[in-house]
Amino acid sequence: MSDTDLHHGPDLAPGEEHASVRLRVLGYLIGLGLAILLTATSFFIAGTDLVWQPSIPVAIIVLAIAQMGVHLVFFLHITTGPDNTNNVMALAFGLLIVFLVIGGSLWIMSNLNQHMVPMDQLMQMQR
Amino acid sequence: MSIAVAQDDPHHLGVLAMVTHEGLAPKRIVTGYGFWIFLLSDIVMFSCFFAAYAVLLGQTAGGPSGAQLFNLRNVAVETGCLLFSSFTCGMASIASEERNYFWFQIAMAVTCIFGLAFLWIEFHEFADLVARGAGPSRSAFLSAFFTLVGCHGGHVSAGILWLLTMMAQVFAKGFRADIQRRMLCFALFWHALDIIWVAVFSVVYLLGSAV
Repeated sequence: MSDTDLHHGPDLAPGEEHASVRLRVLGYLIGLGLAILLTATSFFIAGTDLVWQPSIPVAIIVLAIAQMGVHLVFFLHITTGPDNTNNVMALAFGLLIVFLVIGGSLWIMSNLNQHMVPMDQLMQMQR
Repeated sequence: MSIAVAQDDPHHLGVLAMVTHEGLAPKRIVTGYGFWIFLLSDIVMFSCFFAAYAVLLGQTAGGPSGAQLFNLRNVAVETGCLLFSSFTCGMASIASEERNYFWFQIAMAVTCIFGLAFLWIEFHEFADLVARGAGPSRSAFLSAFFTLVGCHGGHVSAGILWLLTMMAQVFAKGFRADIQRRMLCFALFWHALDIIWVAVFSVVYLLGSAV
């Protein structure tokens, strides 16, 4: 395949897109703006007394996931287009493993913490 | 990757209709896809460190907790540095594809400066923590903290070496197809580091100082 018909192939590499330079710069600018907005909100919420305190951790996690989505779409150009199927499938598998590792670790360890004899008592029993 | 070439266009997407049987995908797509798989495996490795940090967050062994240690203003500056470097890295990849030598080197140099500023702040934060007796050996919480954030910092350091290599290669060899493929991979790497940093500042610093 020659260089000229590269952009009409069935697939896109991650990070690749076909558009004019102006539109591509605009895409990065939109991404930057959204990312700044989400980051600023995150930092604001972490240090404020204005919202109900127990909601803060959830809000921070939701904002972080939203910002990762913004980065994926506007900077890495992972989209839902038909030319991006392979990239999205790989990402979905990666996310599955990430979810299993983090969720599974937290679940198992909190369960152990609840059911295990505390360490100092265990030491006493062994004496 | 064009093995699954569409015979027809059932969803009227238009793009697939142009495709005929071509055999293997172009090298640029194979390279980018392979590097994407590597990045995802790197993210899976980071998820293990995140899991360790989340589990050990409360295990301070009587030592200082995150709320007493973290300086959120520093973290905000670090976040800004990485975010802007990610943007200028995007500009550099556009310049690379357009074969614009001047803007490529300018954008890469700015990316490098922001990356170095990030590393400088992080290094001072680590040195300050160790000087205050809150080094990695103090508690399980601090071990997990230094491993996770240090691993990200190590990736950024490697990224800056790669960045300088790309500037030198474009200087010496110009925008050859193989150099452009390397630049594509570098841009993916740098953007992925920024995604991991989003998780780091949210989970480690913002949630860690709330506990």
